[in-house]
Amino acid sequence: MTDLDEYRSRARAWLAERTADLPPDPGLAESRAFMAALYDAGYVGITWPAEYGGRGLSAVEERAFQQAAADVPLPVGVFGIGLGMCGPTLLSLGTEEQKRRYVRPLLRGEEIWCQMFSEPGAGSDVASLQTRAVRDGGDWVVDGQKVWTSVARQADLGLLIARTDPDVPKHQGITMFVVDMRDPGVDVRPLRDMTGESHFNEIFLTGVRVPAENVVGEVNGGWAAAVTTLLHERVSIGMGATRTERPASFAALRAAARERGLLGDPGVTDLLLDLYLRERAFDLLTARMSQEVRAGIQPGARGSVSKLLLADLTLASADLASEILGPECLAGDDPVARALAWAPGMALGGGTNEIMRNIIGDRVLGLPREPQVDRTLPFRALKVGTQVKEDGR
Amino acid sequence: MRLIPTEEQRELAATVRSFVAGRVPMARVREIAGSDEPYDRTAWTRLSSELGLAGLAVPEEHGGSGAGFGEVAAVLEELGAALAPVPYLSVAVAASLLVSLDAKDLLPGVASGEVVAVVARSDGPLPAGRIADRGAWVLEGVVERVPDGPSAGLLLVVASTGEGRRGVFAVEAGAPGLAVMPLTWFDTTRPMARVELGGVPARLLGESDSGAAIDRAADVASVLLAAEQLGGLRRCLDVIVEYAKLRVQFGRFVGSFQAVKHKLADMHCVLEQAESVVRYAVWAADEAPDELPEAAAFAASYLGRAYFQVARDHLLLHGGIGFTWEHDAHLYYKRAKADEVMFGAPRVHRARLAEALGLT
Repeated sequence: MTDLDEYRSRARAWLAERTADLPPDPGLAESRAFMAALYDAGYVGITWPAEYGGRGLSAVEERAFQQAAADVPLPVGVFGIGLGMCGPTLLSLGTEEQKRRYVRPLLRGEEIWCQMFSEPGAGSDVASLQTRAVRDGGDWVVDGQKVWTSVARQADLGLLIARTDPDVPKHQGITMFVVDMRDPGVDVRPLRDMTGESHFNEIFLTGVRVPAENVVGEVNGGWAAAVTTLLHERVSIGMGATRTERPASFAALRAAARERGLLGDPGVTDLLLDLYLRERAFDLLTARMSQEVRAGIQPGARGSVSKLLLADLTLASADLASEILGPECLAGDDPVARALAWAPGMALGGGTNEIMRNIIGDRVLGLPREPQVDRTLPFRALKVGTQVKEDGR
Repeated sequence: MRLIPTEEQRELAATVRSFVAGRVPMARVREIAGSDEPYDRTAWTRLSSELGLAGLAVPEEHGGSGAGFGEVAAVLEELGAALAPVPYLSVAVAASLLVSLDAKDLLPGVASGEVVAVVARSDGPLPAGRIADRGAWVLEGVVERVPDGPSAGLLLVVASTGEGRRGVFAVEAGAPGLAVMPLTWFDTTRPMARVELGGVPARLLGESDSGAAIDRAADVASVLLAAEQLGGLRRCLDVIVEYAKLRVQFGRFVGSFQAVKHKLADMHCVLEQAESVVRYAVWAADEAPDELPEAAAFAASYLGRAYFQVARDHLLLHGGIGFTWEHDAHLYYKRAKADEVMFGAPRVHRARLAEALGLT
């Protein structure tokens, strides 16, 4: 048995023991306690630098742990934004003090993080954000509105980008901050989405005072910082996909069709074949890209390929499920109905399909960019968000 | 399951890439396509003797290199990208069939490239083999389309041997009663022939009941064709992406228009998936014989469509120039369509896949 096999089997044994007595639907307190234990056992921040609380190991151990954890549901979803996006951003751009202050509590689940980028007027074009931060003595004062923020209700801290100079072109006047989500000027309101549930929040920021040492990266250098964060987001959405997230998977639909005696129907066979071809090709791409990562080839902007394909597959498979199953799948709380309601979220969250195609065109294929009027004009001179028609309608 | 090429496979691909760029540029491809020569004999000789690639997947004891389909696929991707006018795909499939049949006496000639062996497998009624005088076999019948048939020095004819059994028969070019007639074919870069067998004396290879080896060779053919298709698909996308960076209309590079850019992004997504499908199918051919039939039907169903769609869109995105004879776009368009139907209509592969997946 190699050291790695041993590492993996120890992780597997630890997980089996610690997850056995978890309640079926763990609350926040249980999640935090589990995360602390997971961290203390050495399984959080495996590849993160040891001086900030990580384990300083390689991607090989990280992968071994992922393999051990592959079939174990862990109550760590609430820490996902911090681990996947905020933490890596702080590690690459944070000051020494910030890294010492924030990384260890983030890894141990003592502090939950959220991310505040999107605004009602700044969706695909996040750089046109209007939330402003004005310098006042040793602080910045933040006013504005953010939207689509996950885990904001649980979060202790958040990464925020705000406009710090409206007199320069939009990408050049943005700064990233660490914001205390417990500040009285931070008002978090659940946003009910099309599934009928509230997976996201709106955040209203009123006179929130943020100390100057909470600036991440350079003042007015926040756009580059945000791009760093968003690249992590695209990779994690596209690569983390597993079959279990697809109630309208090929295997599930084949079983459903068999149960209903539809497998002889040539129309059904054709639909299922089309789904199989897409789903299998996507799964193989995911597998190939993870093999490339292991071989040291970073996906970079190609993460957008996975994200776009998964979004399309999710929409198509839910759609196709209803074509095979008919009206029964819309009754009650059928998983297909849920999948149909969820599917647009996959195609919109983390960048719309159109934005993904722009990224693939610009950064993977190296195509010439579109001419942009908003690159040179000062932010103040731009139209932003949804415009009201001139006749007032 | 290995889905990324080895260092050796990448080096092999680079060698072949520079070989075809130097020896069979597009002008040469067109020259062969417009002549009576079925393939580029000089290029074939160099490819097989100097680079030693004809017997890549043939065991060393039979004169080959003892490599696997992964290596053959690496070569085919480059040949497919260049539409190289050599019968490499057909010979690789024939060699794999000969290995299955343990045809020791034929393998060294094929592995060295001296003998261009081609499988003649009808997708309609099979030619009939019967035993004539003194136990010798003769073949009667027609194979309507044999890819690389005009190039063949040795035909491996799949024929019925009675009672629903199939066997493989060696027939040398020029055998009495054999007529190999080049067809006018949509894709001029891969010659096609009609093969007529009028009482041709033939040698049975292996058993008279070789159905399993024949089916496996058909699967191998689908997988290797998919690798060749992947090379062509990638080349089409590379070419149109470069053009979109150079061509200006309305005062802008056309690649900056989202109507064009988004189509190219979608084509890139097809490429990424197609490459994954091919790597998997090639791995199955080398390492997972149980998975091969399904993997082959899957690869054929996926790549046939993918290559044709990308070749078609690469032609269309060129605009009017893509419709001219001088431009190379139509050569890829025609190759992609011919490839899609070469081993049977797409519905045939889909039907096989549906059966393998338990959908029927």
